[in-house]
Amino acid sequence: MSAPLLEVEGLRRHFVARRSAFGRPTATVKAVDGINLTVPAGSTLALVGETGCGKSTVGRLLLRLIEPMAGSIKFAGRDILAFGEKELRAFRREAQIVFQDPYSSLNPRMTVEELISEPLALHDIVPASRLRDRVAELLGLVGLDARYGRRYPHEFSGGQRQRIAIARALAVEPKLIVCDEPVSALDVSIRSQVLNLLNDLRKRLSLTYIFISHDLSVVKHIADRVAVMYLGRIVESARADELFANPRHPYTRALFSAIPVPQPHAQRQRQLLEGDVPSPLSPPAGCHLHPRCSYATDRCRIEWPALVDDPSGHATACHRWRELPAITGTSRQDAPAPRLEALMAKFTRRTVVREANGVDTLKVENGRPN
Amino acid sequence: MTALVDVANLRVVFHGDRGQTMHAVETVNFELARGVTLGLVGESGCGKSVTALAIMGLLPKASADVSGYVGFEGTNLLGLTNAAMRDLRGDRLAMIFQEPMTSLNPAFTIGEQIIETLVRHRGMNRAQARARAIELLRDVRIPSPEQRVDEYPHKLSGGMRQRAMVAIALACDPQLLIADEPTTALDVTIQAQVLDLIRSLKRKTNAAIILISHDLGVIAEICDEVAVMYAGEIVEHAPVDALFEVPQHPYTIGLLASIPRLDRRVETLATIEGSLPDMSEVPQGCRFAPRCPFASEICVGSPPPIANIGARHWSRCVKAPLEEVRP
Repeated sequence: MSAPLLEVEGLRRHFVARRSAFGRPTATVKAVDGINLTVPAGSTLALVGETGCGKSTVGRLLLRLIEPMAGSIKFAGRDILAFGEKELRAFRREAQIVFQDPYSSLNPRMTVEELISEPLALHDIVPASRLRDRVAELLGLVGLDARYGRRYPHEFSGGQRQRIAIARALAVEPKLIVCDEPVSALDVSIRSQVLNLLNDLRKRLSLTYIFISHDLSVVKHIADRVAVMYLGRIVESARADELFANPRHPYTRALFSAIPVPQPHAQRQRQLLEGDVPSPLSPPAGCHLHPRCSYATDRCRIEWPALVDDPSGHATACHRWRELPAITGTSRQDAPAPRLEALMAKFTRRTVVREANGVDTLKVENGRPN
Repeated sequence: MTALVDVANLRVVFHGDRGQTMHAVETVNFELARGVTLGLVGESGCGKSVTALAIMGLLPKASADVSGYVGFEGTNLLGLTNAAMRDLRGDRLAMIFQEPMTSLNPAFTIGEQIIETLVRHRGMNRAQARARAIELLRDVRIPSPEQRVDEYPHKLSGGMRQRAMVAIALACDPQLLIADEPTTALDVTIQAQVLDLIRSLKRKTNAAIILISHDLGVIAEICDEVAVMYAGEIVEHAPVDALFEVPQHPYTIGLLASIPRLDRRVETLATIEGSLPDMSEVPQGCRFAPRCPFASEICVGSPPPIANIGARHWSRCVKAPLEEVRP
């Protein structure tokens, strides 16, 4: 395994939800409540969970878009929490973010060319004379025609806009990209185009991704490692293939079994969770899942289960996972019939990411064109 | 089997202020019997929601031209006056929308919004209506309905709000229930609960349901029949098993192929290249042809004929049945 690009320990961030008349906090949301992560360079870590589990807050903390209350974040061995203004600015070149909604994340008053050249000019990466060529290269990299540069975001479809957002993130030649639900707002046929593009770019440019998503079936196709979050804590974390073959935590299992499979008579071993996600203002004591978990015992109601790593690197935060009945994991989806498989194969074409001169520039570490 | 709902040649054209036109729905045809759930599936902009709104008479008359025939128990809904439609809506026709936070009135309690329907359509007095409202909330599995009935929508979670929405829709035992992306705004574990609820309601009532979704997984779980829409047309209509096992329209096949599979990981996901055609004018040939890997010259010139594949299964593709196409 390659050296970690990102090491996170004990990361914690609470938000004050209500204050008394004297300004004293009376209610806090423990959005991120002590999590550890290690992300090797060139890999993809997926953060998975439902609304309000804290996954997006983690993404923002990693980029210091918001400040943590406790914990440490090391990026390529350097403590980013100790960075001053100047170092932080340099760090912004190395770590970028792509947001969920390309309709609101791109300034509607800027042309594509302006959008993409803004970070180039800010960081003084490319001399003004080469700016336009570089924008064209970046557009080519994400599979868009360079002549689109003069257009405005509203002239593009959702998938194309997300490509523009990706090109903008790539402009500064980052090492790390936090992808916060990058395909959730896209239609299914477009979603796979963007996923293929992200996968392609990672390989070509040796990028590292933090991929934030609520959708496990998407995660399966992009992640090397998956961390499942529930109410601010990681409840299970493992290599992607291992997690999908052997989900241990009752919450992970429930997530899997809740995915609707496009197969009318699929075996639905539903592990329905009872009730709603509790209010993050007053999460239940002990294991946060216990009010919804059918396996909960008295111990679960009192004692918070620590996230325990086993020798294979599969970590689980559950008192009882060893006793839980075995499940078939995700194999309940059958392979399609040969005829359908052959017909579907017609739709698998490699998205051609055009070769541009910029690719090499991007590959070379910190390779600034002179 | 007489159809409860009979939609024939439904067409919706929108007119903009500056003379632009948008052909949102073109010649949509389907029949729906009591007790049957029809899935309307397709991507953004394919016309599935517009079809639903046209059936419910909810499109703005000023900018939308609706033509064709929408039969409901033998009456053409398109010929009814606004007052007659208001009598039907909320009573025999009901609708559930995607976003329960915006479709519930934030200024009224949940109970008030159910009572309103019962008083308007069933002539109940408030006490009777309130008792019935509590019963309905219990039916949709809202815990402690006696308290919830007096709460405002913002006090409820997303899943609870959608249940309340379902309760309002079911208040008068509708014959036709249209659910437009009812679980799209919900988290997956909550979606599973709401789908479970809809499934049990299906068994209890004998209503016809039109379920609109972009998610083929949701369609597979709930529906008996499926209509796949693309660029304003139904391109394939089939019983649910046939649609997922022997789909006959390339777009359906492409959609199925694009869903990331849970049983294996692939290097490159299947995609449907290109994007939706411009709907400001009606395209000449097959609308999917520019994105279709099976397309050839015959697809471009004239609109594709409807190929009848089997019992209640047809496809709008000149190449169907696709068995003969050698991959």
